[in-house]
Amino acid sequence: MPLLDRTGTYIPDSFSREAGANRALQPFDGAEPGALAIEVANTTAPESLVPFFGAEMIAIGFPAYADGRGFTLARRLRHLGYTGTLRAVGPLIADQFAYALACGFDELELPEAHAARQPESHWKTAARAFSATYQRGYARGLNILDQRRAARAGGTHG
Amino acid sequence: MYRYDEFDETFVRERVAQFRDQVRRRLDGAITEDEFKPLRLKNGLYLQLHAYMLRVAIPYGTLSAHQLRQLAHIADRFDRGYGHFTTRQNIQFNWPQLKDVPEILDLLADVEMHAIQTSGNCIRNVTADQFAGVAADEIEDPRPVAELIRQWSSAHPEFSYLPRKFKIAVTGAAHDRAAVLVHDIGLRIVKDSVGEVGYEIIVGGGLGRTPMIGKVVRDFLPKRELLAYLEALMRVYNAEGRRDNKYKARVKILVHEIGIEEFRARVEAEFAGLDKSTINADPEEQARIAAYFASPTYAALPASDPALEAQCKANPAFSAWLDANRFAHKQAGYAAVTISLKPIGGIPGDISGAQMRVVADLAERFSFGEIRATHAQNLVLPHVAERDLFALWQALGDAELSTANAGLITDIIACPGLDYCALATARSIPIAQALSNRFADPERQRDIGELNIKISGCINACGHHHVGHIGILGLEKRGEESYQITLGGDATENAAIGEILGPGLTAEEVPDAIERLVETYRAERLPGESFIAAVRRLGVAPFKAAFLQETHHAAA
Repeated sequence: MPLLDRTGTYIPDSFSREAGANRALQPFDGAEPGALAIEVANTTAPESLVPFFGAEMIAIGFPAYADGRGFTLARRLRHLGYTGTLRAVGPLIADQFAYALACGFDELELPEAHAARQPESHWKTAARAFSATYQRGYARGLNILDQRRAARAGGTHG
Repeated sequence: MYRYDEFDETFVRERVAQFRDQVRRRLDGAITEDEFKPLRLKNGLYLQLHAYMLRVAIPYGTLSAHQLRQLAHIADRFDRGYGHFTTRQNIQFNWPQLKDVPEILDLLADVEMHAIQTSGNCIRNVTADQFAGVAADEIEDPRPVAELIRQWSSAHPEFSYLPRKFKIAVTGAAHDRAAVLVHDIGLRIVKDSVGEVGYEIIVGGGLGRTPMIGKVVRDFLPKRELLAYLEALMRVYNAEGRRDNKYKARVKILVHEIGIEEFRARVEAEFAGLDKSTINADPEEQARIAAYFASPTYAALPASDPALEAQCKANPAFSAWLDANRFAHKQAGYAAVTISLKPIGGIPGDISGAQMRVVADLAERFSFGEIRATHAQNLVLPHVAERDLFALWQALGDAELSTANAGLITDIIACPGLDYCALATARSIPIAQALSNRFADPERQRDIGELNIKISGCINACGHHHVGHIGILGLEKRGEESYQITLGGDATENAAIGEILGPGLTAEEVPDAIERLVETYRAERLPGESFIAAVRRLGVAPFKAAFLQETHHAAA
């Protein structure tokens, strides 16, 4: 299925769900620690994935675009120290792209029809919708609270 | 009042641009109607029975005269000359065209307003005590923390696709006017044993089809830990709230199913693992926001105005209005005044564009340019000098805004119901109008005293019927409207869910049934005892008897 990188560009997928593939993306059920890449449901307990943190990629399913559990699971895996690639798999829309990146995802795997009606330009525009947002501690560039803090620090030198 | 800085301004402008782009992508088919729906809802845009409805946020109910004039302009230009104040301190416009909505959002942004997260499965507009900064029993003004939460919850990357909507209310006073016990999260500003100010956190209250009173999840949270704690709590809910059934998806159901102890343990475990310093707003940021809510510069006035007594004597109607609509102000010589949007026989919460302009002008003349919207669908001028009360009353009277019924039986809360709403199962407004007409006599209203009637046109309970002293729920039974009456609900610190009195009534039967309840109270009350106090003392039995007796006769 089409794969979108963090810049909003469609890229080839180096992983395969085919059994026995060279770079296999395998279901979490039945996977052994040491697996190259695993695919998990958004209801998976994050602690149960710690033994798999050597994986190059963990893919998290979004069964529906309005099911926001994947955002929290990604955030928790980053908290627990996972540093590999996080992939969101499901019918996300462009308006969720910035949220997904902020919660720790690196890439989005979309259903064919879904990608077909959302060209790269939509994702790139949506990702830039806000030049800064309010929440601190999420994986993105500028947040408003820290900018205000910096402005205060800059303004108190005299 | 809070004023946008460059960041807030940019954020709201970018939000408008984003919505324009979303409308464009919907129109060219890039996103489906199903995908567009949550996006428009998160901008306050509903599709109702007859038209789109735009719900504009009035954060914690605080408005400036300048903002109210802009709302009047929008009402005149894009609606049919009026707006409708809601039970979440918001205002709704019932007749905008989809194509005009981005332009309306631009006009709102011009006066530092928006429609962000007034709907959808996200953190909604934060509400607060309408007498914030005014009430004498306040530990601290709740609006600075409400503003901090407003900013933090706006376009939150993790909590914008929650299992269900999420409502937060804040009170800083001992007497709860913000209904914090019936919100998803209620914050009560409290002091600990050494006098440090912080928050008591209540979770899992709510109305809807499964009404519940919230439970304390944290006795005391230091002020500076707030955002990290909210993040922990919201994360537990986002991960574990039910998504299999929308009627069981609110946090109250999760709290109910796993128990408050287990819920607390999960939140505390999440909270303990957070690097709080990377999440919380620093004290300087909290102080920056709080500074905007400093009291206006009051004049030094005597505690009571000598002319007031003579004015009252000469004008009984003025005196009655003061009795009902004046609220004691912490500042000597000042009062807060409720402007009732409940004229006898009128539509609760409706106000014309012309009336909005009158209120804006009067706010500038008499109340430092400030206005509050209340969850009871009225307005408040929060800082009026006692010596100006008479002139204010006269000017309000000229605009048909001097109804003397704040807190009385005709100050009825009602949702829009089947006259507007796509979810409604029965009409609400005509019931409110019939009751208002039935109890129109001002003498009788004063004799009955404080009594809240709350009407919802469906089980979703936007009219808060569960917490009305008398609640009325409109349902549909075999194609007919049927009204269920509850008794003994309370939205304050004594929060209680009303008890159903008996079988449903037709619309025509409702006023007689309510009258029987009121007469039972008048017959049984002790001197000075309010309706709700009498219900608590007597229990529902005598009221139920009066209710059922006549219903039985009618059926026989």
